[in-house]
Amino acid sequence: MGREISNAPTNQKQQSSMAYTVEQLVAVNPYNPDILPDLENYVNEQVSSQTYSLNANLCLLRLYQFEPERMSTQIVARILIKALMATPAPDFSLCLFLIPERVTSRFRQFWDEVAKSRHILEVVPGFEQAIQEYAVHVLSLTYQKVPRSVLAEAVNIEGPSLDKFLDHHIANSGWVIEKNENKGQLIILPRNEFNHPELKKSTADGVPLDKIARIIPILG
Amino acid sequence: MAVATSYDHEQPIPGDSAAAGYDPNYVPDSVKSFVVHMYRHIREKNVYEIHQMYETSFQSISDRFFKDAPWPSVDSVAPYVDNDHVFCLLYREMWFRHLYARLSPTLKQRIDSWDNYCNLFQVVLHGVVNMQLPNQWLWDMVDEFVYQFQSFCQYRAKMKNKTEQEIALLRQFDQAWNVYGVLNFLQALVEKSTIIQILEQEKEGLEQFTATDGYDYSGGSNVLKVLGYFSMIGLLRVHCLLGDYHTGLKCLLPIDISQQGVYTSVIGSHITTIYHYGFANLMLRRYSEAIREFNKILLYIFKTKQFHQKSPQYEQILKKNEQMYALLAISLSLCPQVQLVEETVNLQLREKYGEKMMRMQRYDEEAFALYDELFSYACPKFITPSAPSYEEPLVNYNQDAYRLQLKLFLYEVKQQQLLSGVRTFLKVYSTISIGKLSTYMEVDEPTLRTILMTYKHKTHAVDSDGKITSNADIDFYIDDDMIHVVESKPAKRYGDYFMRQIVKLEGIMTDIDRIKLEDDSRVEILISHGIRSKREGGENHRGAGIQAGMSGIQDCQGRG
Repeated sequence: MGREISNAPTNQKQQSSMAYTVEQLVAVNPYNPDILPDLENYVNEQVSSQTYSLNANLCLLRLYQFEPERMSTQIVARILIKALMATPAPDFSLCLFLIPERVTSRFRQFWDEVAKSRHILEVVPGFEQAIQEYAVHVLSLTYQKVPRSVLAEAVNIEGPSLDKFLDHHIANSGWVIEKNENKGQLIILPRNEFNHPELKKSTADGVPLDKIARIIPILG
Repeated sequence: MAVATSYDHEQPIPGDSAAAGYDPNYVPDSVKSFVVHMYRHIREKNVYEIHQMYETSFQSISDRFFKDAPWPSVDSVAPYVDNDHVFCLLYREMWFRHLYARLSPTLKQRIDSWDNYCNLFQVVLHGVVNMQLPNQWLWDMVDEFVYQFQSFCQYRAKMKNKTEQEIALLRQFDQAWNVYGVLNFLQALVEKSTIIQILEQEKEGLEQFTATDGYDYSGGSNVLKVLGYFSMIGLLRVHCLLGDYHTGLKCLLPIDISQQGVYTSVIGSHITTIYHYGFANLMLRRYSEAIREFNKILLYIFKTKQFHQKSPQYEQILKKNEQMYALLAISLSLCPQVQLVEETVNLQLREKYGEKMMRMQRYDEEAFALYDELFSYACPKFITPSAPSYEEPLVNYNQDAYRLQLKLFLYEVKQQQLLSGVRTFLKVYSTISIGKLSTYMEVDEPTLRTILMTYKHKTHAVDSDGKITSNADIDFYIDDDMIHVVESKPAKRYGDYFMRQIVKLEGIMTDIDRIKLEDDSRVEILISHGIRSKREGGENHRGAGIQAGMSGIQDCQGRG
């Protein structure tokens, strides 16, 4: 559930021994107040090494629920950002269900800041890339052909950087550029069942085998 | 062994039987007989008899003698059962369950009940139990355990009117109904029973569990295994109460709910499983999945509830039935996929919530209030698991958890409302340009593009396998600056309908053949086709019989 190790080159390394231990703890002994410091360290490791573990973070949020006096607002903020980066998976909502209102209301100002500044990008590596991936995902649900300007705004890139971005996706994601004299570049996105409804498989009318079996004697 | 309860030392509290002259040491004959026989049946592993006594005798004795008083104390019945340690734990389990159902437990009683569960589960976990108990009872143990935990959290969170004695007791017995304890017991039962491995191995034919309904036919005990099994459902329930839907569903994973299983062997367990499964999916925006499961269970309850009318679970069954109709109404309003709902269920749904659902789909303030109402009626009783701070000014915070979940749910609904404007326009057009639609909606083009992308994001959820599924009844795609609308028509289930009619017609044809050949059985066949003919005499009957058959055929053709 949620995007596990992202595309960063660090995933070529073996999973750190800390990650291994923590994952084991969460699997075998999750309802244990003693593992709280390990889980907190693990959040910080996820941020710095661009890895992610929903189960470990939910486990920590639960422990914070059980012992509110041990909660760290900073860690909660980091968990939420990592969860945001996992969009379209609902991880962000999953985390919110476990955090009391009085804590998230403190964040309101924080999120206002985030929306305005790019400061957050220095704090959590991989954040911008994750948001861009999400934007591309929604674009491909929505558009068969998308104008360059619309794409540019969605991924927040312009100029030569955008050309590089396009080249990367042409090479790796099956994008095609169509030149239009009047409007400039159109990007043709790959076909899927959401932007090409004719590709949608019909789930409605399969008749189960056992029901057919009932009428075979009649037909025969 | 746990100490006998000291309720007779408590101050009289409304509902407390100590005030009403209850004598804990008085043992009526029927109780004597009950414990003696129950004890023997357990020793002889006569599961059928145990079940009868547990379900029926216990109820009837309670109704006769203990309508609003507890059963005799365990100390007073112990002599009749050789002071058997395990039997006494089981007796106390029933004793407390009866108390919670008919009276209001005091804090001391709550703590003592916790003690009893600890002792009982420890005995089971140590593997020294060799009884066979009915699944109904084993399910009730887990169900009641989680219920008493939920009840304790609700009770503890109402700090405002607590007496000094109560607060002192709470501080002293801070381990009682501690969330770690509850979760760890359930987890321990799952692990010690190795039930997950058993279910895995069963798929490969290396184990027998579901086939025997969990019972052990090789001289062993079913208690640990089945408690472990039901504890998975217990964990799902606890996690839902905490708002952790993801982990709750994970705990349920080893149970395949697309099949029959031990969880369907007890109706209470079947309903609890699907109710929480459906609710968790609803909160995760997987509306189609929720609709599918609610539909199945509601149909099942419709067909079978008559058989449970006399059972002590009947009221609970009806309550959960109503709640699930409310959840179904919510799910369908957020994700209009009526084709997922069976005819019978749909009829019931329209009766109960037809009008409200129409108003909910209007996406205005009134609709918002209806979502609030239905959610609040049908949701689990969320809990705050942490102990209160006894220092601060004493407040009631028992509603906090519920308010958070409600707030997040309504936020989701609000998002849907914002997008309803888009839906209204999309319903009317098959194609429309971005420019035109932005004019109609009175927003600029970039804003409209954002709104359309948000619509896509909101109506496409990620399911449990990580795949994208669409909740939308109206969908679209954009080609440059042209919007193409795609309406997913509710597919008529032709296949199903034709099957039924083919079988029905075949039946009628067979009957008609019989009428031609057997004059004597004419009358029987007429009656079987619902015709009560008062006419006497031969020829008329024959004509009427053939007419019955013909009108049946016309019926089929007419509806095709």
